[in-house]
Amino acid sequence: MAKREGLEVSVAVADAAMLSDVDVVSAYPITPQTHIVEHLAELVANGELNAAYIPVESEHSAMSACVGASAVGARTFTATAAQGLELMHEVLYVASAMRYPMVMTVANRALSAPISIWGDHSDAMAVRDTGWIQIFVENGQEAVDNVICGFRIGEDKRVLLPVMVHLDGFALTHVIEPIELPEKKDVERFLPPFKYPLPLDPEKPVTMGALGSPFIYTEVKWAQEINLEKAKDVVLESWQEFGKVFGRTYSPIEQYRTDGAKVLLLTMGSYSETAMVAVDKMRGDGKEIGLLKLRLWRPFPYEELRKAVKDIDVLIVLDRAVSFGGPGGPVCSEIKAALYAEEKRPQVIGFVGGLGGRDISMAGFEEMINRGIEIARTGSEREFEIYGVRE
Amino acid sequence: MAKAKTKEKPVAKGELGWKEIEIGCFITEPGNSVEIRTGDWKSRRPVVDLNKCNKCTLCYFYCPEGCIAKNSDGYFEPDLFYCKGCGICATECPKDAIIMVEEAK
Repeated sequence: MAKREGLEVSVAVADAAMLSDVDVVSAYPITPQTHIVEHLAELVANGELNAAYIPVESEHSAMSACVGASAVGARTFTATAAQGLELMHEVLYVASAMRYPMVMTVANRALSAPISIWGDHSDAMAVRDTGWIQIFVENGQEAVDNVICGFRIGEDKRVLLPVMVHLDGFALTHVIEPIELPEKKDVERFLPPFKYPLPLDPEKPVTMGALGSPFIYTEVKWAQEINLEKAKDVVLESWQEFGKVFGRTYSPIEQYRTDGAKVLLLTMGSYSETAMVAVDKMRGDGKEIGLLKLRLWRPFPYEELRKAVKDIDVLIVLDRAVSFGGPGGPVCSEIKAALYAEEKRPQVIGFVGGLGGRDISMAGFEEMINRGIEIARTGSEREFEIYGVRE
Repeated sequence: MAKAKTKEKPVAKGELGWKEIEIGCFITEPGNSVEIRTGDWKSRRPVVDLNKCNKCTLCYFYCPEGCIAKNSDGYFEPDLFYCKGCGICATECPKDAIIMVEEAK
């Protein structure tokens, strides 16, 4: 039985990569991801982790090195945040379109300007369409577990895709939590060795990244889309299997105290923990409020979402990013689109909040939920409202 | 680009369905570019007047696509499957034996 101990989440994430027996790590340090890659560098330097650590001059190079490593069939890990993720941007599309499994933890942080090292989801939402499998975690244990799951999901022959594990910068990366690091032998049982079907190999040459003329590009993109959609089955299967080995099971949308609730709040990442406390308090006051925690962001869990909201009247969605000049937060827009064709659907009320590290307290969530209920009844002058802004 | 197994069944050149594409659109058979129709975007095509041609070979050497080849009679003719319609052959031909014709005609 694995021991439960107090660990900084970043350190535990690095340990999870080590337990997954990664072959190559290439990363460029950026706050608040730094402790993850520093600890990995230490583990490699100390001889505890038998892996190649490739130091690079930028995140663009880090992702490029990871693409190369994955192309030869190496189990590859990296981590970044905010501006670093943006600098990787063009290579992210290459990694997914060329079907290179790797796991990247993103220590979610606000994008400049103004410079902010603190957390929100603007970095994650900017890479929404890059073709990666994307999972949001709400605490350190989930981060550890989903790094390990990420390798199993991405490396599955039916998938062969890179996986992003989003964990909130500082709110998760820099806190010490009680975490159960799995036993190495159990991880080995859960995670088979990586065997890439078409690696770069002088004995069997292949051309990767050739020109795709108009006659083939559409077919390639459709194959990529279907592949990512179908990856959901493997995500579900891997989470189930993880549960059998380690006793913790995950689902695309986790429901918290939703029984009998007519109003639900939907959150992502670490703010779900505070939101749960707010829901507890409101339930204690006799209000039928529940919480949905969206964990699987790509591929989007349409079926699970529609099922989760089929009996409710109001769904309040909190986005931690702004789609400037658009219809509201990206998550809320997608949820509205996903429910549009449903015969019976709840009113969807969008809030943007928690930007650039702005905290939302338990009382704050309560206030937001109450305002959401009020908007559902009386309407709002805006497509979405922002929570906690000073006039 | 094509999955190796598609070799068994004849596939129209460059017209693979999305299920037939190799992972990552990798190319597993060297030299498959000969199967790819690169001449599908030209707006003008070269037409050779064999009465004017004196087999000087200049079009053969100037063609940047390498799609002009000697036929059995020793004349030089472009392969329109690959020809991109650049018109260099027509410009360089010292006998004005090659003219460029609109594809639509």
